[in-house]
Amino acid sequence: MEHITLLLGIVIVTALVFDFTNGFHDTANAMATTISTGALKPKTAVAMSAVLNLVGAFLSVEVAKTISGGIINEGGLKTEVIFAALVGAILWNLLTWLLGLPSSSSHALFGGLIGAAVMSMGWSSVNGGTVVTKVLLPAVAAPLVAGIAATLATRLTYKISSRTDEKATSKGYRAGQIASAGLVSLAHGTNDAQKTMGIITLALITGGVLNPGANPPMWVIVSAGLAIAMGTYLGGWRIIRTMGKGLTELAPPQGFAAQTSAATAILASSHIGFSLSTTQVCSGAVMGAGLGRKGGVVRWSTATRMFVAWGLTLPAAGLVGAGAELLTKQGTWGIATTAALLIGGSAVIWSLSRRQPVDHTNVTADEIGTTGTAEPAGVVTTAIAAVTPPPAGPVAASTATPSAPTTTTTGDVAPAPSVADSARPATV
Amino acid sequence: MKIDWAALGSVFGVSLVVTVALVGLFTLGIVGLSKQEQARTAGGGTAAIPARVGAYACFALCAAAVAYGIYLIVV
Repeated sequence: MEHITLLLGIVIVTALVFDFTNGFHDTANAMATTISTGALKPKTAVAMSAVLNLVGAFLSVEVAKTISGGIINEGGLKTEVIFAALVGAILWNLLTWLLGLPSSSSHALFGGLIGAAVMSMGWSSVNGGTVVTKVLLPAVAAPLVAGIAATLATRLTYKISSRTDEKATSKGYRAGQIASAGLVSLAHGTNDAQKTMGIITLALITGGVLNPGANPPMWVIVSAGLAIAMGTYLGGWRIIRTMGKGLTELAPPQGFAAQTSAATAILASSHIGFSLSTTQVCSGAVMGAGLGRKGGVVRWSTATRMFVAWGLTLPAAGLVGAGAELLTKQGTWGIATTAALLIGGSAVIWSLSRRQPVDHTNVTADEIGTTGTAEPAGVVTTAIAAVTPPPAGPVAASTATPSAPTTTTTGDVAPAPSVADSARPATV
Repeated sequence: MKIDWAALGSVFGVSLVVTVALVGLFTLGIVGLSKQEQARTAGGGTAAIPARVGAYACFALCAAAVAYGIYLIVV
């Protein structure tokens, strides 16, 4: 380890921060429906998810060999480019968390990588076709696949159980839901912690610390697993609220159908080799379950905001990544500035989140519609003004940057007031 | 750019079939158990047994599916 340079150290820390934001951003995937149907208490749910994420990180030895799965040409990838990409991904994760919108952490990472790589090596470093097949198409397919399955499953389960007492069955549904949610958590730990290990390993190889083709050292596996588990335990309560209550109201049979469909679609996609984003699968499943019950309603304004966020993920993270790369290219002072901007940006997002905290105590509260209407709008607007518009590249990078420590503290407890606010559609 | 429609199609098909089958099975299990309880409280002794056995069979199949899911994650 004596060869680890300062830049390499920064990249490792930033990768772990990204891993951490990934954890709290994606807690909702496994646990939002579990919490909203009351199958588990909020704290219990995130604790269980954290443990399974940690276990998942150790389960598979097959660490991602590439960061981007072929989206960019990783041949001449420089360490600073990885750093810039991570900055873009972290900032987008934090912003969407502030707004309470579930969006794919992997797509944010891809976006950051694309932006940074283009800035560093030009457009030829990006495989446009792979972007379509790995990001755009799955984004459309994921909610459809999981949503249709969840709708049909919800209908079926209501039909079969129509003549039984609701009280007698809801306990069983909750148990089933916990099992499905556990599978989602486990799969998430395996996939996403693996991704961070891949990034760190790649950076170590690029930096000459490890030989090409080397397996990740134990400390990389342990730290990546711990970072994602801690992020998960903090719980992205704002996003959990949107997924569990904002998109639709879920009864236990629906929660069970949604979670089972999500778990199945995730495992099927990763096994068959057409990878779908966990977040998009879960959101689609929740909406599908909402539609499957007679009289069930999906709040399309919230859903639309979420879809818009999905569409913006790649370009927004890309712009920030490109801006960050522009800075880091300037040399040491540029890297220092980027790091400072990341910390500053994270601090700004965190302080904005404190205005209307959402945590385990109010995550299932019903005030979503009301609270969201008046004040949250202010928060959202400010946040958007602060972060989204500046996509002017380098500037954006600065605004949006989160720091590792700040993020950590911030992440979990923050609230997403406006998220569920149906009164404010698609601003994002 | 080559879109792997076959893979997408099979993900769709597998997700749909497996989800609906699992949810259906599990629901049958739940319903079976609650029927069995009803029968017991109503005093019917023997009617409860098939319902209970059926329910446990359903749950066992679901547990097998979860085990297979874990196997897929690990391997």
